Amino acid sequence: MWPTPRAREPDMKMELIQPFINAADAVLSQGLQSPMSIGNLSMEEEAYRRKGVAALVWVTGDIEGRIIFDLDPETAVRVASRFAGTELPESDELVRETVCELANQVIGNAITSLNDQGFHFRVHPPVLHTLEHGAKSSEDTEALVICFETDSGHVFMNIALRYNQQRPGERAAAAAGQ
Amino acid sequence: MEQFAPMKRSKDGQPVRYLVVDDSVFARKNLARMIETFGGQVAGEAGDGMTAITEYERTSPDIVLMDITMPQMEGIEAAEKIVRQHPEARIVMVSSVGYQENIVAALQRGARHFVQKPVKPEVLYEVIKYVMGEDGIVADAAGAGA
Repeated sequence: MWPTPRAREPDMKMELIQPFINAADAVLSQGLQSPMSIGNLSMEEEAYRRKGVAALVWVTGDIEGRIIFDLDPETAVRVASRFAGTELPESDELVRETVCELANQVIGNAITSLNDQGFHFRVHPPVLHTLEHGAKSSEDTEALVICFETDSGHVFMNIALRYNQQRPGERAAAAAGQ
Repeated sequence: MEQFAPMKRSKDGQPVRYLVVDDSVFARKNLARMIETFGGQVAGEAGDGMTAITEYERTSPDIVLMDITMPQMEGIEAAEKIVRQHPEARIVMVSSVGYQENIVAALQRGARHFVQKPVKPEVLYEVIKYVMGEDGIVADAAGAGA
């Protein structure tokens, strides 16, 4: 059941998170050609601490916020090498490119699923996240950290999203109920 | 990577020529590898919509593989501008963002097809065959091995 409409929902609902988990599973399992599992899931209360090579994607619209896709340096090299079909050095630009494109694919697929559920928003091109620390979670933008275990290492996704407005269908339903 | 029966242009038997448009070098390399397995040739590359338009003019490709979310000019707008000048342009949108609204917008503005990332080579191959139509021929198994 969809929650009672409010202008801003302070907490992230599982219906927002599940598409990201499904998309990460699909993209990583297909790309790495091996199964992956969810290792750990936690709420981040402190400022975000980057683990290695990280890509940041902003989304705007009915749901707003950012997602950080983060791989420790060794995992990033292993994953990029798997995709490239050749061993890459850690310094290779293609390692960072791979992380950005994987973020784009995972988040794009998740956004597609959420759009098909009736949310409307826009995904912006991924940018390399170079700061050691990110902004601290706020009252209305909690961050959820999901760790995916793959045979190339741990892949982290830090999701901080919030409802920006009521969905059109809910607005209509709310108006009809008044 | 799997090899496919080579796809050629029916008018002259030459490899199908592609323009690959994506802001990600990784994605462009990945698509270029697939094109190679289709027996095609990368005629040009672009990292944004603006460059895609000039590269289309320069290379006159048979197929454009166009990402949607890109800096400067997004893929749907670039596709529209190319098709306005070249109604015969065969543009296939390739994007991770594949919701219905986006697909409809791309098709309404002149794109011929849509493929969602991560791209499966066998899916892209079938889409290219469909979009090339009678302008493309696929060598049979004997011909491919010859």
